[in-house]
Amino acid sequence: MDKILEVKDLHVNFATYNGTVQAIRGVSFDLNAGETLAIVGESGSGKSITVRSILQLLAKNADIAKGSILYHGDDLLQKSEKEMDDIRGNKISMIFQDPMTSLDPTMPIGKQVAEPLLIHNNVSKKDAMARAEEVLRLVGIPNPEARMKDYPHQFSGGQRQRIVIAIAIVDYPEILIADEPTTALDVTVQAQIIDLLRELQQKIGTSIIFITHDLGVVAGIADRVAVMYAGKFVEYGSVNDIFYNPQHPYTWGLLDSMPTLETSENNRLNSIPGTPPNLLNPPKGDAFAPRNKYAMEIDEEEQPPYFKVSKNHYAATWLLHPNAPKVDPPASIKKRFEKFKELGGSVK
Amino acid sequence: MEQIPDVPKEKFKLIHDENNSEQEKIGTPSLTYLQDVRRRLFSNKVAVVCLTLLSIIVLISIFAPLVAPHNPNAQQVTLSNLPPKLGNLNIPGFNGYQNMGGKMVDAYKQVGAPKDSFYLLGTDYLGRDLLSRIIYGTRLSLIVAVLATLVDLIIGVPYGIVSGWKGGTTDTIMQRIVEIVSSVPNLIVVILMMIILKPGLGSIVIAIAITGWVTMARLIRAQTFQLKEQEYVLAARTLGESSTKIATKHLIPNLSSTIIIQTMFTIPNAIFFEAFLSFIGIGIPAPNASLGTLLSDGQKAFRFLPYQMWAPAIILSIIMIATNLLGDGLRDAFDPQSDD
Amino acid sequence: MVDEREKIVQVKNLKQYFNIGKPNEVKAVDDVSFDIYKGETFGLVGESGSGKSTTGRSIIRLYNPTDGQILFNGQDISKIKSHGPQMKEFRREMQMIFQDPYASLNPRMKVKDIIAEGLDVHGLVKGDEERDKRVRELLDMVHLNPEHMTRYPYEFSGGQRQRIGIARALAVEPQFVIADEPISALDVSIQAQVVNLMQDIQKEQGLTYMFIAHDLSMVKYISDRIAVMYHGKIVELADSDEIYNHPLHAYTQSLLSAIPVPDPAIEKTRERIDFDHSQPFSDDQSLQEVLPGHFLYCNAATAASFK
Repeated sequence: MDKILEVKDLHVNFATYNGTVQAIRGVSFDLNAGETLAIVGESGSGKSITVRSILQLLAKNADIAKGSILYHGDDLLQKSEKEMDDIRGNKISMIFQDPMTSLDPTMPIGKQVAEPLLIHNNVSKKDAMARAEEVLRLVGIPNPEARMKDYPHQFSGGQRQRIVIAIAIVDYPEILIADEPTTALDVTVQAQIIDLLRELQQKIGTSIIFITHDLGVVAGIADRVAVMYAGKFVEYGSVNDIFYNPQHPYTWGLLDSMPTLETSENNRLNSIPGTPPNLLNPPKGDAFAPRNKYAMEIDEEEQPPYFKVSKNHYAATWLLHPNAPKVDPPASIKKRFEKFKELGGSVK
Repeated sequence: MEQIPDVPKEKFKLIHDENNSEQEKIGTPSLTYLQDVRRRLFSNKVAVVCLTLLSIIVLISIFAPLVAPHNPNAQQVTLSNLPPKLGNLNIPGFNGYQNMGGKMVDAYKQVGAPKDSFYLLGTDYLGRDLLSRIIYGTRLSLIVAVLATLVDLIIGVPYGIVSGWKGGTTDTIMQRIVEIVSSVPNLIVVILMMIILKPGLGSIVIAIAITGWVTMARLIRAQTFQLKEQEYVLAARTLGESSTKIATKHLIPNLSSTIIIQTMFTIPNAIFFEAFLSFIGIGIPAPNASLGTLLSDGQKAFRFLPYQMWAPAIILSIIMIATNLLGDGLRDAFDPQSDD
Repeated sequence: MVDEREKIVQVKNLKQYFNIGKPNEVKAVDDVSFDIYKGETFGLVGESGSGKSTTGRSIIRLYNPTDGQILFNGQDISKIKSHGPQMKEFRREMQMIFQDPYASLNPRMKVKDIIAEGLDVHGLVKGDEERDKRVRELLDMVHLNPEHMTRYPYEFSGGQRQRIGIARALAVEPQFVIADEPISALDVSIQAQVVNLMQDIQKEQGLTYMFIAHDLSMVKYISDRIAVMYHGKIVELADSDEIYNHPLHAYTQSLLSAIPVPDPAIEKTRERIDFDHSQPFSDDQSLQEVLPGHFLYCNAATAASFK
């Protein structure tokens, strides 16, 4: 597979009055052509900052302290603002959470969709509008030729998000970054948007980086998944690896704290106690240790390296060290291991 | 990545503690909202400079009788139109010399002023000390500012809160009143006032009282509309808190930033309004000094005795610019958006 | 079948309209009836604009209902005066937990004053010492460190703030609590904390909950019975297992088919059911009991087909 994007050892700091917040503390990943990588994490885990660094859309007080972001081998961090303008919205585009604030309320939607083409490509206005119409049809806006002149407020929330997606894909970008694109939407609309993204990916072959906190959404859309906690990836692997053979206690906790439709009121939900650490003074050892039921002495002293679970599946937990004791994962996780075996995987 | 670090086995003891109370501890020091505002304000250099300048001006005005070197209204016709002089220090511009027919002459010696007498900013056409007049004039301007602020707070804030909180028909009626009041130019109100009252502080203040609170009321109303939908206000209502208590406990503290910022824009407006009225001669009557009357007097002799206009003009400009910039600084300090 | 259970809330033909008589009139809640039994958790689900939050706010009298009755412990509270003694009594009995942990706490008040607000209003404590003691108890109940009672809300995380909101509501010892999307703004790992806490307190104090949400999997987990709202009407109401296993209304079916499940095998094979929004209701329809305890918004013919 072709690696089109490689992020290596990214560190991002934010200067605040109270000191430096280490928001991203060494994140590395790559993205292959045509795949969907989901980054899952809770608020404050740094998932949005990670993808915003790629397009250099960070706040003023942010500092990319270390690392490189290679797009076809070129480091994006070395590019000038002008060169970045050529990449943003053209080769790499982004969809945000709130469809209302992503659209200009005073401009007809046809023009908004055509705009990236007019900026980046040398196309005539007529061709751009024709393409905009085609893309609006592609994202499922009924009757686009008639609605091109309508304004954003004349559309429902779900349709607006479709228009936002149309703007993002009108130039057939190589990479589409979707930052919680369905969080503000109702479940039924969310399902439609996810179907749409899957369909578009097949039609135009875009790679997608999908940011979300919802593991249910991830299961539906991702090829590969990275679980993020306190500015680091704690586990990453294929979607089956993460959902059926999770190794990191945080991944266990996330999967275990969601009620499934089988969970009845008699069995209590398993919650992860406590709150994420303050990244102003990140802990010396494993950042998850204070909330971890399976924490060990070493977790408080040293950050765990990535242990290889299988090809392309890594987890940063000392539990995978050969000297670590065998622990008993939560019952719902054991059920997932069973499924993994059924699918032909081997569980440690 | 594939390298497995060598860690001794005893480090892998499970150390989980079921009742880890450290979990919920907050590590960061506690900062109240106001402390946070103060810190943001003080990190803004422009605002600090403005605040310092304004504090000095306010202090001087409060202690005007102690600070002013002369009686501001005492006339000494023999010592009229003297240029600025600072002791016998002979600083150019402050040495009492004046250009007369192309020659620099010591104006103090010419009129036969006592040897040790000097006027830092010179005297006006009636021989009154300009510095003392400016100090008293500033004091008057600030009195107008304080009264305008009081009107804003006493009429504008409650009016806005009631209108926004009640909503519906009450709000519609109250807003129509606001529209009527704001459509009357306040210059007309002053002129009408002068028919009834004699010109002076009273009519200026009444003019401001009639029209000045409108902007504040509008802002507070808009803000109250937003605040009353906030869930903490809804929570207070479900707890059975009375409307007055909700206003004092929830609305006013959360409106305080709007109130303070708007006040910072009311003050220069009021000062300028008074100066303008006095300048065109329908404000503060003689012999009392105000920045407006001083400007008006100075303007008459501007070509020959420019210092008589420069000094009050500079003070007025400083007050106007400083309050505006401080208002901007306060807005940034209160605005949670400008997070750094 | 006569139901023996005691009804704590009975909503009868509740209507809540806004901007009545104007072109932008909104029928947020349009003729809704249901009962809530003592000690149960009643789930109310629906998508944005369905009127679920408005229903909650009408019941707790943040709005003045346009029409209909709300019986609380047998007494109609839909028309009592906003500031009378009757209302004050009612304000103690029924409380609300809000959605947004950032907007539901006054940023200018200390945590102890936020929690004690109800105590002060109803004069439930005498003197500062007793007040502090009670605040400590409440903080302890929601598993927060009582040492933090003098801190300000912004110093707490979303989950902690939500627990402060719970403590505030429970300070006046209500019988019935309306939770208006209490977990939808929280992270997944924190949601379970809050839900567990709410259940523990319910068991300890015998509370009745009305749980409003759009997250169906959590509602299914926490509720005994669930009502599904759509466009201001309840389209289906039944025991939570019944709703999930045998949804009858097309809208409920579409809603259930859209819930994302954290399991790739299920997700990749799921069939979504689309609901036709163009003609959702007709005039001959009403909410009727088609199976024991299972209500459906339908016409008489459909209802008869279940017999």
